[in-house]
Amino acid sequence: MSKTTTTELTFHWPALGVSRVPYQVFTDPALYACEQARIFRGDVWHWVGLEVETPAPGDFTTQWIGDTPVIMIRDTQGVMKVFVNRCAHRGAMLCVDQRGQTKQFTCVYHNWSFDLDGRLRGVAFRHGVRNQGGLPPDFDFAAHGLQRLRVEVLHGLVFATFSAHVVPLADWFGPRMTAHIARIFQRPIRLLGSYSQFMHNNWKLYMENVKDTYHASILHLFLTTFGLNRLSMEGGLETSPCGGHHLSWSKRTAEQMAGTEYTQGTLRAMQQDFRLADPRVVQTWPEFPDGVTNAIQGIFPNFVVQQIQNSLAVRLMVPRGVDACELHWVLFGYADDTPEQTEMRLLQSNLVGPAGLVSMEDGMIGSWIQRTIAQDPDQTAVLEMGGRAIPSHGSRVSEASVRGFWQAYRTVMDV
Amino acid sequence: MAPYDELIHRVERRTADYIGCIDDGALERWPALFMEDGLYRIVTRENHARGLPASLLYCRGQGMMHDRVAALRRANIYEPHVYRHLVAGTRLIREEPAGGWRFSTNFQVIRTMHTGEMVVFAVGVYDDVLVEREGVLVFAEKTVVCDSSRIDTLLVIPL
Repeated sequence: MSKTTTTELTFHWPALGVSRVPYQVFTDPALYACEQARIFRGDVWHWVGLEVETPAPGDFTTQWIGDTPVIMIRDTQGVMKVFVNRCAHRGAMLCVDQRGQTKQFTCVYHNWSFDLDGRLRGVAFRHGVRNQGGLPPDFDFAAHGLQRLRVEVLHGLVFATFSAHVVPLADWFGPRMTAHIARIFQRPIRLLGSYSQFMHNNWKLYMENVKDTYHASILHLFLTTFGLNRLSMEGGLETSPCGGHHLSWSKRTAEQMAGTEYTQGTLRAMQQDFRLADPRVVQTWPEFPDGVTNAIQGIFPNFVVQQIQNSLAVRLMVPRGVDACELHWVLFGYADDTPEQTEMRLLQSNLVGPAGLVSMEDGMIGSWIQRTIAQDPDQTAVLEMGGRAIPSHGSRVSEASVRGFWQAYRTVMDV
Repeated sequence: MAPYDELIHRVERRTADYIGCIDDGALERWPALFMEDGLYRIVTRENHARGLPASLLYCRGQGMMHDRVAALRRANIYEPHVYRHLVAGTRLIREEPAGGWRFSTNFQVIRTMHTGEMVVFAVGVYDDVLVEREGVLVFAEKTVVCDSSRIDTLLVIPL
């Protein structure tokens, strides 16, 4: 737990543990402030970008770690660095652009400049004008650099942390989660595009949604009717020992649907008479030797690695206050994709994003919860599908990884 | 009327048909405004400028457009809302080597929710290729370039 917060919390988790979630966690500004300290600036790793976005020295992108703006840059030696995007003089934002190329950071306000290691290199009128004004002679340049974060890169994914104590990145993930990242980022990727989706709900309601394998084929008709992902397919749900990371997967070719609710006509999402005039949107090719056609990985607290058939993406959920958030999507393929493979990925990208035939509902469902809970902070959501613990198991008729998220949340937040 | 002005006027009338069909909720008529193999895409200005190919929405041909409408009617879940399009500034960009003309038209879409809440949902430019078929202009391509990369909540009705 970080000790950087002074927030006094009036909050107690229900005695039933992570099978209950008090609505207060989605509405309380004091908890939100505490999350900024204990999660986003605490002993937690945060995804800040893809190495491929900054191929040359001096290439940078900007990103958010919670409410803190950061810069990710490749330095002159080719090493990835992450700094708080704030001038050490008076606090102005250094880089407003989402991406760019620079030899140094120069603040527009008073021209203080910093090298790519974050060291203060220049101060306008440092010696004043004709020896009048300027900085005191004992001003310590070395003490006024940019705030630098700890950085690690794993298979081209760049992570940063404010913590000096959190375990190395590979240990933070554990071997199973690391292996899945290696599976997706097995060879050089090619960016296909990015966009974001603004949601009118607390950021954690979206992370619950991502980790909720129970809802997918009930809310999203496209997954169900077109056989992209059903609970009756061979699949699995794995959670990390800390609970915070999860991996859910399924195989489209291995399914036993007979005798399930899918064939009984009770699910809105299963409409046997719904046909596509042009099925190219759901045409796929088997790309991974393990046969897994759908794999969603959630990394605590707010990062997602997506394989929906051949649609590959990462998503970052950025909080925007207690009742709003913004989901950033980055779509990619591989550098060695054929033009035909790229075209299939682009057509399948109709399934994802704010206009995604599969995923659009996820942009809305959190706000349906946010609207109902404000007056009942002590009431709770119920999470008992698949039991009350967080085991890894074969069934995805389960809320185990949602409970896992809350277990990790309670540990990091000390609540 | 000069030939250029007459051409622009015809495109403006076609665009009025296009936005009328969406704003009136007559989406079943929307695909017929395109060539059978017509292209309809919604992209962000930023991806477009960076040469990145991903779309927010990507239909190759009327079949995919009909599927989008069918999904919106039967499959997708969203709160009731309507659009009102405002368009302006149609101009000819060039004659296309393969036939037809490329036009640019500014658009703005105000979204009104069932609750009465109104927002400027999208602003940008239509990058259109129109061709003449049996005396009628139809869209061979329509790329909706949104100035913002950020979509509020979800995008289900075409822009």
